[in-house]
Amino acid sequence: MAAAHIHWRLPVVTLVSALVLTAVPLPAPAAPFRPEWVPLILIFWSLLAPERFGLLTAFWMGLLLDTLSGALLGQHALALVVVVYLTIRFHLQIRVFPVWQLSVTVVLLLVIYEFVLFWVDGVAGRTVPLAERWSPLIASALIWPLILAYLDRYRHEAQVRM
Amino acid sequence: MSAPGGIGNDFVRGGTSQSFRFILICIVSLALMFLDHRESHLTTIRQAFSVVVYPIQLAVDLPIRGWRWAEMAFAERAELLAENEALKLERLDAGVRLQRFDSLEAENRRLRAMLDSSARVADRVLVAEILAVDLDPYRQRFTINRGLGDGVYVGQALLDADGIIGQIMRVEPLTSEAVLISDADHALPVAINRNGLRTIIIGTGDTIRLRMPYLPTSADVEMGDLVISSGLGGVFPSGYPVGYVSEIERLPGQGFAEIYVEPAAKLDRAREVLLVWTAEAELTNNVDDDPTNLAEAR
Repeated sequence: MAAAHIHWRLPVVTLVSALVLTAVPLPAPAAPFRPEWVPLILIFWSLLAPERFGLLTAFWMGLLLDTLSGALLGQHALALVVVVYLTIRFHLQIRVFPVWQLSVTVVLLLVIYEFVLFWVDGVAGRTVPLAERWSPLIASALIWPLILAYLDRYRHEAQVRM
Repeated sequence: MSAPGGIGNDFVRGGTSQSFRFILICIVSLALMFLDHRESHLTTIRQAFSVVVYPIQLAVDLPIRGWRWAEMAFAERAELLAENEALKLERLDAGVRLQRFDSLEAENRRLRAMLDSSARVADRVLVAEILAVDLDPYRQRFTINRGLGDGVYVGQALLDADGIIGQIMRVEPLTSEAVLISDADHALPVAINRNGLRTIIIGTGDTIRLRMPYLPTSADVEMGDLVISSGLGGVFPSGYPVGYVSEIERLPGQGFAEIYVEPAAKLDRAREVLLVWTAEAELTNNVDDDPTNLAEAR
């Protein structure tokens, strides 16, 4: 069991913090630039320990996010499951990328995430301004290296294991 | 979380069972969305999740509430005295106006009786607090700390001291989710107070501007006109202020005027809101989660 020594506490704490950070009110000008905390943290853990943080984790987190944000039940769940599936599918390749390449990949994954959300909104007939959909991507791209740096110890352990 | 151990490794290495699971979960998500979109099929599931999420909402709200409390606790004595003075004046002013209100109400009831129209019964209100929780940034939603236990129902109107704020979208055991009248998906039947001209106000997604798109160019609307709720549609109680006309553009050759209204209520600054039980809603026995109640939120 590769990732058995990662204690369950840190992932749970980071995932709950991601939910809290998603709900913390920001001043109006900064609000559109809120990073997509939940997919970022989920991508991190599923890259690191895909055998422990898989599709089901993403699904439950998505449902919680849906309830928290008042979206359609299943909207964020679907988007997160797609992102995590792609991450796990290619985790062996992605994991060895240098940091900048990893960031680009994460932004691409988030583009897919935003697209799924946007698509569901469109199908459900909800009015959503398209322009504001892309601003969280900028913030997420900036925050991703910080997440990596903060949780770096675990990343190195993962790479050593391979 | 997925099961650890040998099975877990199989999901990672062997692609097929994992892909199968992926497709299965996608189908479940789509099914959930479909059922949720058709309203009220998933109320119990949603309510269960909302109870799980409630501590998170409280955790987010707590520091902000604490900050407000600290602000109040450490406020200067002079400041408090000044505020007290201002409130006393305001109360006096309101009291004077209320004195006439009683007799006016009686007169109104008498006149209505003579006209044979239904009497307007006073509405019941309950104060609710807005939880400082950011929902979807693309929609104008917020959460209040009253839920099923307080008898809140879907479609219920929310006011603040100055006017209409919004209506309840979803009721959960401990909280409710409301939509502002400035939400781009929200429409509200109104009337111009000056001449009774009826129309519909639609949100723009901007909390300081509402749109009145369905008035002809020749309509009798002036800058600063008070717009009140008309009560048509039965969701919002009639006669509450909605806003003031702030912008009129009459383009020759266009059938409809471009009219914008500034909301009377402080949509983005309110902390406490009033839940209103209209007399009509009480009579129809709180048509609980009847989706037709939402007819006004298109």
